[in-house]
Amino acid sequence: MKRYDAIVIGAGHNGLTAAAYLARAGLDVVVLERREAIGGAAISEERHPGFLYSSCSYVCSLLRAEIMRDLDLSKHGLRIIPYENSTVIARNGESLGFFHDPAKTRQSIARHSRRDADAYAEFNRDLYRQCRMIRPLLLETPPDPTSFRLRDIKGLRKLQKAFAQLGEDGLAQAMQFWTMSCGDFLDRYFESELLKGSLAGNSIIGTALGPYSPGSAYVLLHHVMGDLDGHVGAWGFAVGGMGAVSDALAGAAREHGAEIRTGAEVEQLIVRGGRVEGVALAGGEEIHAARVVSNLDVKRTYNRLVAPSDLPGDFLEAVNNFKIRGSSGKLNIALDRLPEFPALASEPLLQRGGILISESMEYLERGYDDWKNGLWSREPFLDITIPTHYDPTMAPPGKHYMSVFVQYVPPTLADGPWTPEKRDAFGKTVLDTIELYSPGFRDIVLDCWVRTPADIENEVGLTEGNIFQGELTLDQLLFNRPVPGYAQYRGPLAGLYMCGSSTHPGGGVMGAPGANAAREILHDAKIRRAA
Amino acid sequence: MTDSHSLPLAPGAVLEPTPFHGRTAALNLVNAWERWQGHTTVTTFLSPEDEYFATRTAASLYDVSPMLKYRIAGPGAEAMLDRMFTRDVTKLKPGRCLYGPWCDGKGRVIEEGTLFRESAESFRLNAAEPQLHWLDACAYGFEATLEEVTEEIAGLALQGPLSKQVLGDLGLAEAAALPFFGLGRFGFEGGEIEVSRTGFTGDLGYELWIAPDRAERLWDRLMAVADPRYLRPMGSRALDVLRIEAGHILVNVEYVGANHALRDSQTRTPDGLGLGWAVDLRKPGYFNGRRAIEAERAAGGPKRRLVGLDVEGRKPAHGAWLYAGRREVGQVTSACWSPVLKRNIALATVEAAYAEPGRVLNAEIYYVKEVTQGRVDARATVVEPRFYQPAHRRG
Repeated sequence: MKRYDAIVIGAGHNGLTAAAYLARAGLDVVVLERREAIGGAAISEERHPGFLYSSCSYVCSLLRAEIMRDLDLSKHGLRIIPYENSTVIARNGESLGFFHDPAKTRQSIARHSRRDADAYAEFNRDLYRQCRMIRPLLLETPPDPTSFRLRDIKGLRKLQKAFAQLGEDGLAQAMQFWTMSCGDFLDRYFESELLKGSLAGNSIIGTALGPYSPGSAYVLLHHVMGDLDGHVGAWGFAVGGMGAVSDALAGAAREHGAEIRTGAEVEQLIVRGGRVEGVALAGGEEIHAARVVSNLDVKRTYNRLVAPSDLPGDFLEAVNNFKIRGSSGKLNIALDRLPEFPALASEPLLQRGGILISESMEYLERGYDDWKNGLWSREPFLDITIPTHYDPTMAPPGKHYMSVFVQYVPPTLADGPWTPEKRDAFGKTVLDTIELYSPGFRDIVLDCWVRTPADIENEVGLTEGNIFQGELTLDQLLFNRPVPGYAQYRGPLAGLYMCGSSTHPGGGVMGAPGANAAREILHDAKIRRAA
Repeated sequence: MTDSHSLPLAPGAVLEPTPFHGRTAALNLVNAWERWQGHTTVTTFLSPEDEYFATRTAASLYDVSPMLKYRIAGPGAEAMLDRMFTRDVTKLKPGRCLYGPWCDGKGRVIEEGTLFRESAESFRLNAAEPQLHWLDACAYGFEATLEEVTEEIAGLALQGPLSKQVLGDLGLAEAAALPFFGLGRFGFEGGEIEVSRTGFTGDLGYELWIAPDRAERLWDRLMAVADPRYLRPMGSRALDVLRIEAGHILVNVEYVGANHALRDSQTRTPDGLGLGWAVDLRKPGYFNGRRAIEAERAAGGPKRRLVGLDVEGRKPAHGAWLYAGRREVGQVTSACWSPVLKRNIALATVEAAYAEPGRVLNAEIYYVKEVTQGRVDARATVVEPRFYQPAHRRG
C-alpha cells in the first residue's frame, strides 16, 4: 500500500501553500479536501449565472510576495490588483476618502477636522514604524523563549533586534499597540468621529472585540502591515476572485507533483505509540504517511481528529481555551448596474475601492453590544467592495459583483441557533442599511447570498466562522499561538503539524503559516534544499 | 535679470499635438506630459498602477502616433529590405508583420522595429529614431521609393487580454481574428482602419492605424466601452513597466544605435542584444552586417550580452553595477518591480562569460532612504529576459 511522505488535511490557501513547498522540496504529498472544491475560505463560486463571488475572503494584501515568487504563482494565473482608494460614507451625505496621494487624503480629512488632517501623517508614521518591525517576522517561526537551541536563540536575537531598531518612541508605541484598545489609541490623535470610525473598522474586522476593548489596536496593525507593490497597507483584488489565489497555489503544488483529492473528508488520525501515521477517511479508506499536516484550526484539529486519550490534558485544555469566536458575516450580491452613493457623487473614483459604513466609535461599540447580547448588530459595520470595477471576469459586461463584509454577527443567537428565517432577517438588516446610503439599491439586486458565521462554519469548517482561525490578540500571538509551547507548527503528537491561520502569524490570506510550517517540516525531515 | 524670458511664444510652436491630443488632454487629470519625437504625449493620466493593471487584466489604449513610420514601395522593395534586415523578408507574406533588427556593415544594430507587409510591393517600417537617411542609403541600386508617413497615420495601441473583445464591440470581429503578427485593412465608420496584431506590452494586443482626421472618432468609439471592459487610457510610465516585463529592449536605454553612438563600446550586435534568433543566416546572399555577425560568432560570440535578472528583495536595481565576486561584470539598463509577477526584475548587459541563465551575480543597489542613500547588495540571478509571457498572448 502506498505511503506518502506527507498528507495535508484541508485544501485552504495555507494547506496548499504548505503542500506546494513540500512537493517542491521533493516530498510525495497528497492534499485531502472534504469539500468538492478546493480553497477553503479563499474560494470563488458561481452562485448566480455569469457572476463569480469571492464567497468568504474578498481582498488580498498580506499574501507574501516571497511566496508568489517562490511558487511562481503568476505563471499559475494569479494577478493581484491593488485598489488605490478607500472611503467611509456617512448618513448625512458626508464622506472621507483615503487616497494614494497623501495630499488628497489630507484635503479630505480637513473637511472634517483640520487638525486631524495633519495628525493623520503622524499616525501613519507611527503605524508604518510598527509595520517595519513586524513584517520581517511574518515569515519566521516564532522562537521558543525558553529554549537554548541555536535556532531559537537566533530567533530571539532577531526579535530583540527588531524591537531595538524601533527606538525609544517606537518601543513605547509598540507596547501601546499590543495592549491598548483601538479607541484609546485613536483618541490620542484624532477628534473626528467619522475618521476614527473608519480607522477603527480595521481593528474589529474578524475580531470579537469592540473598538474600546483592550488589545484591539493590534488588529488595526495586522490589517495595514501588508503591502502591495510597495504601497504599505494597500489592499487589492485577485483577478477571478479569491479562488484564484487557491487555484494558483494548487497549480504550483500539482506542478511539483502534489496530488489533490477533493470529496475526501478525514474522520480521524491514525495514531500509534504517540506518533501519527496516517488518516482514516469518512468512507473508511486509510491513507498512510510519514507525517500529517493539518490546515484546520487548532480546535478542529485536536478536538475532532484525535482521541482525547492520545493527548496531554493540559494541552487539550489550552486548545479549548483558545479564543476563536465568530463575529462576522458576509453578503455576496449580484448587481444589475453600479449602485449610486450620493455621498460619493463628487469623488466617483472612491467607488472603486473599499467603501466603509462605520459612522463613529459609538456606532461600532453599540454594534458590539448587540453581539454581546447574542444579536447581530442592528446597525452593522459594513466593508463594501465592488471588484468588478477592476476585474471584468467576475460579472457580465456592465453588471457588477458586490461583496459586503458584515460585523458584528454572533455564531449562535440569544434565542437559539441560526435558522433560514433568521438568516433572511439578518440579510434584510444589511440591505436596509445599504439602502440608507444608496437609495434605490434594492432595485438593482439580482441575487443576494447571505452567509452567517454558522454557514461559514458548516461549509468552510472554520470554528464559529472566525475568519482568522483564532483571534489576533497579544495573548494568542507569536510564541503563544496557538498554544504556548507548541508555537512552532508542531504539537504533542510526533508527525503531526499545523499549517493554518491558528498558527503564527495568523490569518488574512498571507500564506505565511503554510510556508513557515513547510520549512519546519523540511527541517525535521532534514531536507535542506527548497528546490 | 532681463525680460527676455517672459516673451510669449506663439502657441504650438514648441511641440506638436498628436491626433488624439484633444481627447487625451481632457482625460489627463494630473497634467503629466512628456516629449516624444517633437510631440506631447501622456506620462500618466491619473495613476500609473491603474493603467498598468488595466493592460494586464483587461485592456488599455496608448497613443503611438509619434512613432516614426516609413513606407517603402516598388518592385525592388522586398529585395532592398531583405538586404537591410537580418531576418528573411522574402518569407514575409502580404498581410503579415515581423519584428527584427537592422545593422550597419559591421553588424552593429542601428535599431530594431516592426515591418508590415501591406501588399506584395509595399511595406511599412516603424522605428523610434529617424531612419530616412539610412533607408536612402540602403535603397541605392534597388527599385524602391521611400516616404516618411509619420504624420499621415495616427496610431493607437490597444493592448491587454480583453483587447480582442473590445475590437469585437466595435464591430471589428474580423480584425480581432487576425493571427499573431497579422495585418489587415478593415471597414470602419464609413472609411478604413488598418489593424496589426502587434504591440510592446508582451500581452495580447493590437495596434490600430487610422487617418489623423478620424483619430478622435476611433478614440470615442473605444472609450464608449471603457467601463464595461475596464479599458483605460495609458501613459508612458505604465508602458515602461509592461515592456520590461515583456523583455522588450529600447534604443538609447539598452543600447545606442550604431548611427548615433559616440563610443563604439555602446553599440551592440544582434547576438549581444539577445536577438540572435532574428538573424537568419540561412537566407541566401548578403545582408547588412552578415559577415561581421558570422565572424563574431566564429570568434565565440559577443563580449557582452543582454540578460534578464531576477533580483532578490524589493528595491528596483536601477543602474545597479553587477559583480561576480569582486569583479565588476556588467550593469543594469532597465529595472522595475513587476506587479504581476511580484518579482524584482531587470534587464542588464553582462560580460558574456557571466551571462548564462542560472548564474548568480551580486547587484549593488542604491535607493533613497528618506533623505539619504541606502545601499543593498542583492543576489541577482540571470534569467531569460522575457519575464512575462502569458499564454493568451498568442491565443
